[in-house]
Amino acid sequence: MSRRRHSDENDGGQAHKRRRTSEPIEIEDRLESLICRVGEKSTSSLESNLEGLAGVLEADLPNYKNKILRILCAVARLLPEKLTVYTTLVGLLNARNYNFGGEFVEAMIRQLKETLKNNLYNEAVYLVRFLSDLVNCHVIAAPSMVAMFENFVSVTQEEDVPQVRSDWFVYVVLSCLPWVGKELYEKKDVEMDRLLSQIEGYLKRRVKTHVQMLQVWTAEKPHPQEEYLDCLWAQIQKLKKDRWQERHILRPYIAFDSVLCEALQHNLPPFTPPGHMPDAQYPMPRVVFRMFDYTDAPEGPVMPGSHSVERFVIEENLHCIIKTHWKERKTCAAQLLSYPGKNKIPLNYHIVEVIFGELFQLPTPPHIDVLYTTLLIELCKLQPGSLPQVLAQATEMLYMRLDTMNTTCIDRLINWFSHHLSNFQFRWSWDDWADCLTVDLEKPKPKFVKEVLEKSMRLSYHQRIVDIVPPTFSVLIPAEPIFIYKYLDETASTLPGYQLSITLGNAIKNRATNEEILTILKEVPNPNQEDDDDEGESFNPLKIDVFLQTLLHLAAKSFSHSFSALAKFHEILKTLADSDEGKLHTLKVIYEVWRNHPQMIAVLVDKMIRTQIVDCAAVANWLFSQDMAHEFTRLYIWEILHSTIRKMNKHVQKIQKELEEAKDKLEKQQLKRRDSGDDEDMDKNSEDEDGQLEEQIERLQEKVESAQSEQKNLFLVIFQRFIMLLTEHLVRCETGSVDISTPWYKNCVDRLQQIFLMHHVTIQQYMGTLENLLFTAELDHHILAVYQQFCALQL
Amino acid sequence: MSAKLSALHSDSYVEVSQYRDQHFKGNRKEQEKLLNQSNTLYVGNLSFYTTEEQVHELFSKSGDVKRIIIGLDKVKKTACGFCFVEYYARGDAEHAMRFINGTRLDDRIIRTDWDAGFKEGRQYGRGKSGGQVRDEYRQDYDPARGGYGKLAQQHPPVESRNTY
Repeated sequence: MSRRRHSDENDGGQAHKRRRTSEPIEIEDRLESLICRVGEKSTSSLESNLEGLAGVLEADLPNYKNKILRILCAVARLLPEKLTVYTTLVGLLNARNYNFGGEFVEAMIRQLKETLKNNLYNEAVYLVRFLSDLVNCHVIAAPSMVAMFENFVSVTQEEDVPQVRSDWFVYVVLSCLPWVGKELYEKKDVEMDRLLSQIEGYLKRRVKTHVQMLQVWTAEKPHPQEEYLDCLWAQIQKLKKDRWQERHILRPYIAFDSVLCEALQHNLPPFTPPGHMPDAQYPMPRVVFRMFDYTDAPEGPVMPGSHSVERFVIEENLHCIIKTHWKERKTCAAQLLSYPGKNKIPLNYHIVEVIFGELFQLPTPPHIDVLYTTLLIELCKLQPGSLPQVLAQATEMLYMRLDTMNTTCIDRLINWFSHHLSNFQFRWSWDDWADCLTVDLEKPKPKFVKEVLEKSMRLSYHQRIVDIVPPTFSVLIPAEPIFIYKYLDETASTLPGYQLSITLGNAIKNRATNEEILTILKEVPNPNQEDDDDEGESFNPLKIDVFLQTLLHLAAKSFSHSFSALAKFHEILKTLADSDEGKLHTLKVIYEVWRNHPQMIAVLVDKMIRTQIVDCAAVANWLFSQDMAHEFTRLYIWEILHSTIRKMNKHVQKIQKELEEAKDKLEKQQLKRRDSGDDEDMDKNSEDEDGQLEEQIERLQEKVESAQSEQKNLFLVIFQRFIMLLTEHLVRCETGSVDISTPWYKNCVDRLQQIFLMHHVTIQQYMGTLENLLFTAELDHHILAVYQQFCALQL
Repeated sequence: MSAKLSALHSDSYVEVSQYRDQHFKGNRKEQEKLLNQSNTLYVGNLSFYTTEEQVHELFSKSGDVKRIIIGLDKVKKTACGFCFVEYYARGDAEHAMRFINGTRLDDRIIRTDWDAGFKEGRQYGRGKSGGQVRDEYRQDYDPARGGYGKLAQQHPPVESRNTY
């Protein structure tokens, strides 16, 4: 059976024991596997594998054409890093079967329309790039590709559309040119020149308010943080100057030129870009992350320049590899390290740069943060002689540039570095960073080291941290995470709650009931009141203080002990914290006792929100309160705030989902009844069912509205507090003629930005309220600028 | 539109392992179902000195942790080198399987696996001496897990008696 023999050859000469029965499903799986794996490591050359596979597929066309079409369309969309391998394959098939080539092009156009309709803009880019490379394979006629590009660029003439829309269409055209620029210029240079000139005009008039918010560093040196379209434009300009000579992209079709140029080409059907829809979600603008240049790789191949098209292609492909293999870290690392053409570039540097670029991407990384830590560890395992050094060099460089790094990115760096160190016995040349000890400890470098040591301690223990740093660093070592008990011993006997703390402590240890505890608590005098309030219902800070301090002291041993305590006395805590002041004071006490153990504070606050002892707004108010001002620049404060906002968001989403499900259920029920029988036969049961569901829907509707109101209020509280703090600072500096740019100020502005960036999806809903109530024209322009930059992200 | 391409959707780190809890109350089918929808992970090869706080810090990197139950020696009631981590969302547990499994905690490579769900009693080691079964029979010296295995402590291997 000739088909079997070919496929065995494609497997690199391995003979497989195969079942004799050829079930269609098996063959389809086999086709999928063959197509997906072509281009991977093999004992045969890529060309011979492609030739073989083309033969196999051609033979299978009569029976499996649709399946093959669908698989090829899928790899075009999902394996962009292997673009040219698959365009060559399609080219070979087209040369053997003109009709198939035509059907494939049609299928791709259909797929392109679908992806655009479904807001899958990143995938749509890969599809257009695939089509453009098909010009190189003589499948698509160059003039028809140029026509499609012209239609895309004409979007820049549309009025009243978001800038991100026209941005995307320009980006698609430019990003195809590394692959197909040469061919298109050879065939249609006048049209292409016109196209590029239109693009140039558009790029000049684009608004770029958003750029500052997305930059990882504020400094232009050593590498400018360029807006992505500006960078790509510069790269294409340079490519054009080099007469479209591009030598990096792997082009298997060149080897088949004699076969392919005999093929008949297809014309792309005229493609009108779909019009702008209000619910369209175009990709957000980005800033190109650069941390290395040719001076950084000491020996070996030279790193392509920042405006070289090679740089663009390499970065694109590495990002695509991560996107394809993110779930399989070993495969991902292996694929990154076996990048074709790796011998001509300092691959390790590119990989490290791309990974950090993703980790630091604003607003958010494409993947979960911890993925990058683990991926770098896998890469170190595979290249133990070279990658760790590049990583160390990168870490050193990032440390050197902390002064101008965005605070959100510094957060991520802290988390990455501490987690990374914990996998390598915390070995680091701390002495190299002794310079951080010579400056004000609030400056970025010592602050960074302090936070890294704190996180490292969380992953290990206090003594470990003492052991790993030189003695000179002791000022940066975190405090030992021990409980601070106000009523610890007789020295506290003069404090008003001392006696009661002992009584209470004994009662709890002897498993007293809630009623017994409450009776004891009734004895606590209220420092806020003149006369005795027999009910003891109103806010009594002393009561909260005594009970909470005593309880948490008894439960200080571990998280579990503390959680048990909160659960056991949930009713009492809820009663004590019943008012806004009560909630605030509860949080105050938690801070007082656990101020050496920020991790414990975070988990207790989390538990208290989830068990509704405190609410989200109380936490926000507490974090912004005067009492916490001295902690304001510490990382754990912001982790608590963002965790609080996320809980609020998840809560709203959960109820919205319940509402949707109830509505769906009702609709299904009503449809079923309508379809099945007469209205007259409708019995009372189904009427009741409907009624119950409608009641439930109404209740859920109210719940959703209430939750959304709480959510909006939370953001209003947070933004209001930021505005107050920043305005105070700006006014104070102005009257004192002092420079506003203190470390505190930079931190505060970055934190305000961070709220917008990390929760942009939710905040979009409340833009109207924010603009009317808070971010008005009267606001200081420094503060307003943050808001305006945020708005510019989706314009 | 286009094919699903199972070849590209490999997610091997999230797959259930071969281990099945022999004390599970229920049939194999029920156990499979629970494992496939579980939010709880078993974590093994911990040091006896690893605290709940350290586990919480590490496993919070893949999502919000609902609770942690440290495994205890049945006799001594002290940590005996394993724990359960329960997440609020299965997706977060999956991320832990992909990115935290096989990395280090307290300098040891830890191993995570799906668990059918914590039940009272499952926090105790099942070895004869009170710790985990694996610590009954192992021959190596592991200072973070009580030194030699229990059997080796009672009957030291011949070689060690002869080394100088």
